[in-house]
Amino acid sequence: MTIEELEQLAKTIGQENDKYDFEVNVCMDLACVSQGADRLREALAKAAEACGKNVLVRRTGCMGPCSSGPLVRVDPEEILYHHVNAGHAEAIVSSLGGDPVPELQCDLNEHFDKQVRVVLENAGYIDPEKIDDYIVRDGYKALLTALTEMTPNGVIHRITESGLRGRGGGGYPTGLKWGTVAKAVGDLKYVVCNGDEGDPGAFMDRSVMEGDPHRVIEGMAIAAYAVGASKGFIYVRAEYPVAVARLTTALREARRRGLLGNGICNTPFNFDVEIRLGAGAFVCGEETALIASIEGRRGTPKPRPPYPAVSGLFGKPTLINNVETFANVAPIIRNGGKWFANMGSERSKGTKVFALTGKIANTGLVEVPMGIKLREIIEVIGGGVPAGHAFKAVQTGGPSGGCIPAEMLDVGVSYDALVRLGSIMGSGGMIVMDDTSCMVNVARFFVEFCMTESCGKCIPCRAGTAQMYTLLSRFCTGTGTMEDLDLLVGLCETIKDASLCGLGMTAPNPVLSTLKYFRDEYIEHIVHKRCPAGVCKMEAPVEVVA
Amino acid sequence: MPVFTPPPLPSDDKRWKIVNGTMRKNGFARHALIETLHTVQSAFGYLDDDSIRFVARSLRVPLSQAYGVVTFYHYFSLKPPGRHTMTICAGTACYIKGADDLAAAAVKRLGIQQGQTTRDGGISLMKARCVGACSRAPVVLCDGEVAGEVTEEQMIEQLERWAVE
Repeated sequence: MTIEELEQLAKTIGQENDKYDFEVNVCMDLACVSQGADRLREALAKAAEACGKNVLVRRTGCMGPCSSGPLVRVDPEEILYHHVNAGHAEAIVSSLGGDPVPELQCDLNEHFDKQVRVVLENAGYIDPEKIDDYIVRDGYKALLTALTEMTPNGVIHRITESGLRGRGGGGYPTGLKWGTVAKAVGDLKYVVCNGDEGDPGAFMDRSVMEGDPHRVIEGMAIAAYAVGASKGFIYVRAEYPVAVARLTTALREARRRGLLGNGICNTPFNFDVEIRLGAGAFVCGEETALIASIEGRRGTPKPRPPYPAVSGLFGKPTLINNVETFANVAPIIRNGGKWFANMGSERSKGTKVFALTGKIANTGLVEVPMGIKLREIIEVIGGGVPAGHAFKAVQTGGPSGGCIPAEMLDVGVSYDALVRLGSIMGSGGMIVMDDTSCMVNVARFFVEFCMTESCGKCIPCRAGTAQMYTLLSRFCTGTGTMEDLDLLVGLCETIKDASLCGLGMTAPNPVLSTLKYFRDEYIEHIVHKRCPAGVCKMEAPVEVVA
Repeated sequence: MPVFTPPPLPSDDKRWKIVNGTMRKNGFARHALIETLHTVQSAFGYLDDDSIRFVARSLRVPLSQAYGVVTFYHYFSLKPPGRHTMTICAGTACYIKGADDLAAAAVKRLGIQQGQTTRDGGISLMKARCVGACSRAPVVLCDGEVAGEVTEEQMIEQLERWAVE
């Protein structure tokens, strides 16, 4: 397909869509489906057919505020309805062209006003199983522009100029990574998309893969052109069957349109993508472990160097980026690096998608410009902690991250600021905790996770996480001592310094950050054998027989 | 070099053909091990010794390596599932919203630990690492269907409905 053909196709699809007077978009993401969005869509389609109006009922990806689901948006008026069920279908359809249904209308202006949508620009607007819906919203334009008007170096230059950093959590500059793979010598190179969202409490990548799969594929294809790769793999968690199905459909459609395969856009560029299923191992988020898993082996990391950029999958130069990183590529190519660099803070550019969950009014997916204050995300976008309880901490970065207390909420979100607070950006889970959560117990929860997920290759992580767990368990049962606390701190430092990969190196973070901000809770557990939040079940003190 | 002939199918069960299909699609390459094990588990519900042996021989992977892979990844199961499966999500958002209490209640009701199946093979009680429905925590999967904001009573009711089937 040439760029003219793509533009002509977009025009034709646009004209087809214009035939409809109204579009009724139904969010069909996991959260809404679990509340009956399936039946709702059927009821809407039936009502639309019966009413005689020109209505298109469309399934879409995640619209964002999952706690208000199931969600329906009526276009062109952009009316958002919340908590809709199949029984409301008739009322919604008959209101088309007239006044909206007042009892279903939701007022989330504050929630949306603070957000900037780049990665999620299509979420809620396209049917993820229809490539035409993607094409009509400028889909694949960036790929064809790159192939016909830009050199591979030009593409890398634009990504570098944008300041995009890896969205998987590490924050490595994307342009630099691409440049390294491009310079690596080899006739065969690979591009790998890390969709192994193993961080518990995060679902941004799932929503992007399910709601806008072509965006990920387009980003991968552009990357492949830039670094000189001809083959791609998307590594997806097996726990995400819908994402696997949507990506499979998207790949088939892209091949059918000639946007993947040999000689894309009449250029010598060949590229195709295969899906590989993860099998439930958090450590496979680490690059070298992920490579081992794609090769069909146990997902254990290897010391670096050599970096995957030089010797990766099957020993070939390999570019690995996260889903959200790839999802940012097409808009950067379309709008320019400067456009992207204008958003965000000095060293963290663009936007970040967060999965906002826990004890907060508006749970769901949000996309905010980097640099926004945590307070704005939690109190304005998230609507704050539900009445009756007080905010205690927000956890970012999953098992590798930390807990940030109320007094630090005025810090702007960026890679560096979060590290300074003792946490990390991570992939984007943001879990709000109130006064019913015990921070010692939270630390134990994450350490238990890391202990279970440690691959066992290096001793500091394998044995260290187990020892951390034992010590924390003593505190949680009221049997710990102050000496145990000193031991724990020393252990944390050792594990951080001596572990082989990121899993071990960051496993102490939840402990260190809770110790930094909530040391008094630890002291309460140790000295007074009391859990202030009432979560830990303390053992009755053992009588010492003299 | 002698040409490699894959071993014959273990039985005339049609599901082996599906398994073989995955391996053939990947040219019986060693790196297809995890893909193939996924196919076996989705066809048979779990991985038993015979299936692991068959896959290992077909892909020319040492048995130790195949077994190592099976036991490394949480997703693979060496035990047959019950007729029904109650999976409790153990992700962070679910933990914050009380998934531990749900798990304790289910353990008490069924008299088995997470990861086990009731003696009559009726119900398996499992733990998920995170199903990505965090906004509706706490989440359980009833035979794979996501249910959000689940209370203890709702979960116990479901277990009781299954028990009398």
